[in-house]
Amino acid sequence: MLLRHTTALEIDRKALTINPAKTCQPIGAMYAALGIHGCLPHSHGSQGCCAYHRSALSRHFREPVMAATSSFSEGSSVFGGSANLVAALETIFTVYKPEVVAVHTTCLSETIGDDLTQIISKAVDDGVVPEGKQVIYCNTPSYVGTHVTGYSNQVAAMVKSFSTTTPKKRNVVNLVAGWMEPSDMREIKRLASVMEARTIMFPDMTDVLDTPLNGQYNMYPDGGTTISDLIATGDSKFTLGLGQYCTEDACIKLENKCRVKFETLDIPIGFKATDRFLMSLSRHANVPIPDSLSDERGRLIDLIADSSKYLYGKRVALWGDPDTLIPLTEFLVSMDMRPVYIVTGTPGKLFTERMQEILNNIPEAKYMCGDTADMFRMHQWIKQEGVDLLIGNTYGKYIARDENIPFVRFGFPIADRYGHNYFPKTGYNGAANILIQLLNAFLDHKDRTCPEEKVEWQM
Amino acid sequence: MEKKLKDEIDLSAYKDEVLAAYPKKVAKKRSKSIVLNDPDAIPQIQANVRTIPGIITQRGCTYAGCKGVVLGPTRDIVNITHGPIGCGFYSWLTRRNQTRPDSLEEENFIPYAFSTDMQDSNIVFGGEEKLKQAIREAYELFHPKGIAIFSTCPVGLIGDDVHRVARQMKEELPGVNIFGFSCEGYRGVSQSAGHHIANNGLFKNLIGRNDKVEGNYKFRVNVLGEYNIGGDAFVIEELFDKCGIELVSTMSGNSTLKQFENAHTADFSLVMCHRSINYVAEMLEKSFGIPWSKANFIGADATAKSLRKVGQYFGDQELIDRIEKVITEEMVAVKVARDRVLPKTQGKTAMLFVGGSRAHHYQELFDELGMKSLSAGYEFGHRDDYEGRRVIPTIQIDADSRNIEEITVTQDATRYAPRKTEEELHKLEADGMQFNGYDGLMKDMKAGTLVIDDLSHYEMEKLIALYNPDVFCAGIKEKYVVQKMGIPLKQLHNYDSGGPYAGFEGAINFYKDIEMIACSTIFKQMKAPWESEDFVEAEYVFN
Repeated sequence: MLLRHTTALEIDRKALTINPAKTCQPIGAMYAALGIHGCLPHSHGSQGCCAYHRSALSRHFREPVMAATSSFSEGSSVFGGSANLVAALETIFTVYKPEVVAVHTTCLSETIGDDLTQIISKAVDDGVVPEGKQVIYCNTPSYVGTHVTGYSNQVAAMVKSFSTTTPKKRNVVNLVAGWMEPSDMREIKRLASVMEARTIMFPDMTDVLDTPLNGQYNMYPDGGTTISDLIATGDSKFTLGLGQYCTEDACIKLENKCRVKFETLDIPIGFKATDRFLMSLSRHANVPIPDSLSDERGRLIDLIADSSKYLYGKRVALWGDPDTLIPLTEFLVSMDMRPVYIVTGTPGKLFTERMQEILNNIPEAKYMCGDTADMFRMHQWIKQEGVDLLIGNTYGKYIARDENIPFVRFGFPIADRYGHNYFPKTGYNGAANILIQLLNAFLDHKDRTCPEEKVEWQM
Repeated sequence: MEKKLKDEIDLSAYKDEVLAAYPKKVAKKRSKSIVLNDPDAIPQIQANVRTIPGIITQRGCTYAGCKGVVLGPTRDIVNITHGPIGCGFYSWLTRRNQTRPDSLEEENFIPYAFSTDMQDSNIVFGGEEKLKQAIREAYELFHPKGIAIFSTCPVGLIGDDVHRVARQMKEELPGVNIFGFSCEGYRGVSQSAGHHIANNGLFKNLIGRNDKVEGNYKFRVNVLGEYNIGGDAFVIEELFDKCGIELVSTMSGNSTLKQFENAHTADFSLVMCHRSINYVAEMLEKSFGIPWSKANFIGADATAKSLRKVGQYFGDQELIDRIEKVITEEMVAVKVARDRVLPKTQGKTAMLFVGGSRAHHYQELFDELGMKSLSAGYEFGHRDDYEGRRVIPTIQIDADSRNIEEITVTQDATRYAPRKTEEELHKLEADGMQFNGYDGLMKDMKAGTLVIDDLSHYEMEKLIALYNPDVFCAGIKEKYVVQKMGIPLKQLHNYDSGGPYAGFEGAINFYKDIEMIACSTIFKQMKAPWESEDFVEAEYVFN
């Protein structure tokens, strides 16, 4: 047994988090910043934060993840990190030559109270930032919120730093991408292009964290939302925020700053969320949904109908981020499955409200968010009454093995399997990918564990 | 032909070229960390100094060195990270320190992450109460023998005293060994400060607490600085068993609390990773009279040499014969594997930038494969890891080193017992053994090779662009950068999920893995056929 100390007996835990279903703000800021073209994320804190975040992102994407650090010492921790940040900016613009540096803070620089506004504006005044180059920043104290909050803060900083309104409005819809894979973003852009909708996606990690191997290493890959596109978001006629937790703040800021109206939607995972996304995009971009997309949807529904006997009533435990858990849970329910345990370390009322609504007909469902809503607790629930399937990040493999439960990897980080940044989970095709993974997990498990006489050629 | 070319590679132009891109102050500082090696007149290298802000570095932090590296691999301690959630999350199962409990009943907390998950109110009002409560909850749930507390950056700044909490909770929960580490990330210039802090903590809180002498064999040895990545310590355990050597403790791969508590009952310490554990080796010597020697179980020849050291030290003919027998037996398969792979690897080149000893140790394996190590350096080494321990008295103590508590170790009043007399030690030294010493990486690297401390991203790109090595060894952050350039990268922190690489069995695994890299054809497919010139230039003539 790997998790041999986990028992069904829950205690009233107030202080100890065990096996978290979340991590800290700065990694979210770093990930989001990679979605700006020509951007080098910069971690204002001690060197370990940057090393940990780069390692975690590299393991997940299996791609280069570049970021710099202020390399705090004890001295800077006591006297402030201003000198470190200014020195860092000078080094970065001389040696690594990015278009933009996106600075985020850490618990260290937040605790000592470094004022980024003041430090950076002084650096600009002192000529440390070359002409035409940009330094943007956001505050990401690790002791508030989670990695999701950090992502949201970085995306909001993009609006704050770049979005500009001019008298000339454009018939463009902004797509603010929540935390998802580059493959998911690529699929969403494909759907928009099939509809002939004009869009700007930001942040956009396609062609940044899924680059080809051709012998050329490019520190700033072709992808990422360009500065001119980020500026132009202020002239778009509407904004769709995909994933409320990650994008709502940016949407509100953009409305306040540039009067661009917005709607926040679920990340289009599963057919219902995809339906809503397409209808909203159709309405706001004023383009019809073509028959080819109705066919894509139809093929997915066909697949679900064909396989429904393996899905109906199956109990599922899942963990991860609210922006993906909400539509994923809805998708499972829409296939007559029973998501019974759902945890996320990310706090927020919306999660509870949406789960209440989605799980209305599943009275046995337990869900929890925020402090001590962790994988240890979820595992304890599983010990109390088992499930048929686990869906979540790589940390689930220990539970899956101990309890002998089929397991589908989803979320962040996935460090032990391939394909998550290759095959999308969004749109109808993405939903089909999810479904096929679930089915294969069930059927492989059945083939391996059922009595010999029950092994059948056809299933 | 290939071999000749590689042998002639002149690396002397590198330094000037790379420094030209840096701002003046940066160039001045970096120039002292980039040296052309001469093993006969070892040049001074700058190491263990702060990384310049903005430089993209391989290095991590003090917490990573303390919790992640040294204490992480012990399975029966509940390691609670006191801080916001990130640090505990990132050090959760991310190093491949494997562990093998003896039974299903034995404790194993390695698959768990424990954190106080500090929130803003804890930052404002202090986190000690939450930490105490977390310890109570850990006790209620798991009843562990030991609980360790690891401080993250904000802890030191807000004035939480983890040592006081540990003392108080020890009173509240009698029978549980509770101890804290002030390993805030900012304390040192790299992970290395964390190793030192961990070493001090091991000595103060664990080592020497159990005098019971147990085991199957009379030759009692500690292996220090072996973290069981990919199962390396398992290989060493099996090898020792074959040779009839009692492995009293491994620090800290596949270890338990009891091994630490018992380590002082050994009669000899072998030091694998000098950087991360030399302090404990020294303290065991000083306090209990246990001499140590540098050892290396990476590489078949190095393994044989290290085993022979044990035989020589104990001077027991039966042991010496048994070790020789094991070496002879094991070398049969090693030779077969090496002879098979050698034609594919001979003459190829490698570069190694990793850790505090691996960049040295793995050159043994590349030597065995007929490959040349063109350039190497450490992520968090000190000058003694490069130039040898003889330079220690001349190393200037700077502000960053002064942050780390120096503990004074004295001879244990009752248990100090020199394992060898001065005379015996001199005799062994005269016969070629070295005690309490390490000659460093530079002595083993050829003249004209490049030694670079704390390699930056820019310097790495330049190394590859200029000298095009056949394999580059580093870690996960470098892995995909280097591979995008069309050069295979072998991770020497996590072995690319391979290994074990220690001992004879490990050497064979490594030969195979390097063969796989040398023979992998995918990097030849980086261009689409229509992108090649020949294809474009071809034309049909119609008439």
